[in-house]
Amino acid sequence: MKRVYLLLVGVFAILMALPLFLDNYALGIFVMIFFWAYVGQSWNVLTGYTGHISLGHALYIGIGAYASTYLAQTFGLSPWFGMLIGAIIAVIIALFLGFLGFRFGIRGVYFVIMTIAFAEITRLIVSHVEALGSFSGIFLDFNPSFWNFQFRGNIPYYYISFGFMLASLIAVRIIEVSKLGRFIIAIREDEEAAQALGVNTFKYNMIAIAISAFMTSLAGAFYANYIFYLHPNSLFGIALSIELILRPIVGGLGTLFGPIIGSFILTPLSEISRAYFAKGGLEGLHLILYGILAILVVLFMPKGIIVYVKRILKPILNPKREKP
Amino acid sequence: MATAVGAVIGMDSNLALQLIIQGLLLGGIYGLIAMGLSLIFGVMGVINFAHGQMMVIAMYVSYWIFVLLGVDPYLSLVIVAAVIFVLGYLIQSAVVNRILDYPEAMQVLPLVSMGLILENLALLLWGPDHRSPQTALSLEALWIGPVMIDVSRLIAFVLAIFITVLIFIFLKKTNIGKCIRAASDNRTGAILVGINVNRIYNASFALGAATTAAAGVLLLPIMPISPYMGHDFTLIAFVVVILGGMGNLIGALVGGLILGVAESASTLFLPATLKHVVSFSILIIIMLFRPQGIFGGKS
Amino acid sequence: MSILSADQLTKNFGGLTAVESLSFELGKREILGLIGPNGAGKTTVFNCISGFLRPDEGEILFEGKSLSGLQPHQICHLGMARTFQIVKPFLTISVLDNVMVGALSKENSTAKAKKAAMEIIEFVGLSEMAHIEAQGLPLPLRKRLELARALATQPKILLLDEVMAGLNPTEVDELINLIKAVNRQGMSIFLIEHVMQGIMALSQRVIVINYGVKIAEGTPEEVVNDKEVIEAYLGKEFLIAQGQ
Repeated sequence: MKRVYLLLVGVFAILMALPLFLDNYALGIFVMIFFWAYVGQSWNVLTGYTGHISLGHALYIGIGAYASTYLAQTFGLSPWFGMLIGAIIAVIIALFLGFLGFRFGIRGVYFVIMTIAFAEITRLIVSHVEALGSFSGIFLDFNPSFWNFQFRGNIPYYYISFGFMLASLIAVRIIEVSKLGRFIIAIREDEEAAQALGVNTFKYNMIAIAISAFMTSLAGAFYANYIFYLHPNSLFGIALSIELILRPIVGGLGTLFGPIIGSFILTPLSEISRAYFAKGGLEGLHLILYGILAILVVLFMPKGIIVYVKRILKPILNPKREKP
Repeated sequence: MATAVGAVIGMDSNLALQLIIQGLLLGGIYGLIAMGLSLIFGVMGVINFAHGQMMVIAMYVSYWIFVLLGVDPYLSLVIVAAVIFVLGYLIQSAVVNRILDYPEAMQVLPLVSMGLILENLALLLWGPDHRSPQTALSLEALWIGPVMIDVSRLIAFVLAIFITVLIFIFLKKTNIGKCIRAASDNRTGAILVGINVNRIYNASFALGAATTAAAGVLLLPIMPISPYMGHDFTLIAFVVVILGGMGNLIGALVGGLILGVAESASTLFLPATLKHVVSFSILIIIMLFRPQGIFGGKS
Repeated sequence: MSILSADQLTKNFGGLTAVESLSFELGKREILGLIGPNGAGKTTVFNCISGFLRPDEGEILFEGKSLSGLQPHQICHLGMARTFQIVKPFLTISVLDNVMVGALSKENSTAKAKKAAMEIIEFVGLSEMAHIEAQGLPLPLRKRLELARALATQPKILLLDEVMAGLNPTEVDELINLIKAVNRQGMSIFLIEHVMQGIMALSQRVIVINYGVKIAEGTPEEVVNDKEVIEAYLGKEFLIAQGQ
């Protein structure tokens, strides 16, 4: 069996067994590692693979969180179903954004600005809707049960979030090698050339943004039932949009494992430094470190850390036989 | 009955006029912020996502000069602008210069991160609470006819126009200004005629930063500062620049005035906290139907 | 029976008329050359035919069907493929992956597309580079890649935009042979070229345009000796110096 698969199976086994050995706090860090890896992977589909940079992906997390919470609180609908409805709403809005962007040829930085604008408009509107908590936000009641998507202790969240990450890994891998994946990568590399080769770039751009929005919004529902507090500023704000792109970029934009590696590196750093600095009253220092790290990575490792990881693993995974 | 209605309508139209004028005056500052952004984009093709945050730092510097040394912001403006000029110079030479040839995706992140750093630096150093300096003129108001105008807005407007004119003259008449325009038109050509393009880029970014710093100082008597307000202003700068045309400096000023009025007028029928929805909607509409802006700009 | 024809094709950019009332026919299995001084409007013609630009006037017919209003990818599906004057490889993916994008427009199965792509890669002589990233290729090989990708879409017509630019004489010869081979397999070819070696060796007929207007049409020999053509390229002074 190829060595890299052995390695992956090994890592999988370790991660499956970890809850036996770690305390609740440490498990919590892993919950977030998997969460951010999943979200980063979802964002990667649009930006890393198709090449359209979104700095407004918080929009979809917010939609997922608010939709599933609203449906749960108003109709008692289980977030397991609520998240699907939220995802559909996210897809509709994403397709609207995509239609405006792709039909009208809005690209590059202008597209970035448009994604920011969409998220900001939504944030402002939600801040004024009473039913969605307006400026005070929404507190979720803690009623642990499977159907409520709420659990005591981090172990269930750990496995659910791990499952999400795994599912996204498999989904993106399938896309990567399929016709869809090849076409969106072609769009990223050179949209005109792709058109000349028969790729309906509008259609595939729309598919990419829809998939990305769908996946991202599911994470919103998870987030709502893990953090138990929704506020438009934290769920639609640009801080969240920036946070979620850091890991895939640091790990390796447009690669399968980039978001995961990025999350394994940045999330523990973030969680631990945030706790540490908050105690010393040094709020915000961890974000400064984030910012510095992100700049350093872009300047010195633009392809992401995965390049180095591959280099280190290569001799182990693909030992070359010396020719006589 | 008729007089009552007439009085109400009369008052409404005065209110509307007042809002429009107040908005126009604020628009001068918007124009100044946007000019900084436009200058940076025009010369280097880089969108400064940390623009608003640089302005906020300027506001804090000016605030502390006022609180600790008692110097009114209008008087410390030049010094603050100089400080931020240096900051901009450093950011440009350390970070932005290296990413000039990168694809756009990779240009966005360092500048966004820079904004993150500046914002949290402000948070770290000065806390999350809003601060409002009580400068000599910040609470003064003037009656011109039926309309009440904040003195601070009036002064800000006048100074904003004055600074804009200064910058135009600088770019048109001075040697450095000409070098900046040359480098922005044709980088290779500029290098070939012996212009030290790197230094020009540094100067341009620094100038853009200083411009936005000046805008921040003018803003200080008008609104309270908080570490988080940066990105709102970056977005406002975007709207104005796209409205007026990327890289077009007159467009930035006029766009700023238009946006100031539009935002102000929108408070007639929308709660004030929603006024940015108007700005961002304008942004999207312009990007869809006239991406080169009202005056036409670079792409 | 012509496979591609244009009638009174006109394209304006603001005040500038790039192409004016151009009419031509490309016959089945024919190689038609399009030459003209720089800025004559040749690539604009290609852009209009392949759907990247909307003509202001005139009609383009492909196998009798109008191409009016069709988008580039739709025209590709009808059977027209083009290359670009400045090559546009998908830089960070391999040669094989590049060609597969073309193949996938005709094959839905990735496996079949891979097979088809490998065949074409072999045909153009890039087999050894199949797994190398496109950005690692030097220009002559990038041109072959561009050709291979276009061929992978199984076109009936190939529009080649200055494929020989920047190549040395040996490389030009190789490419000429390749294009002849493609033509032998039944492909109709419309060829923009500055490299005269290519035009002379390949074209059965040549059209010459200058400032967007057709100034000559005929066999390569006829066209090369046409007074107007010589004047367009070399100027009146040359003719006067030659005593004409």
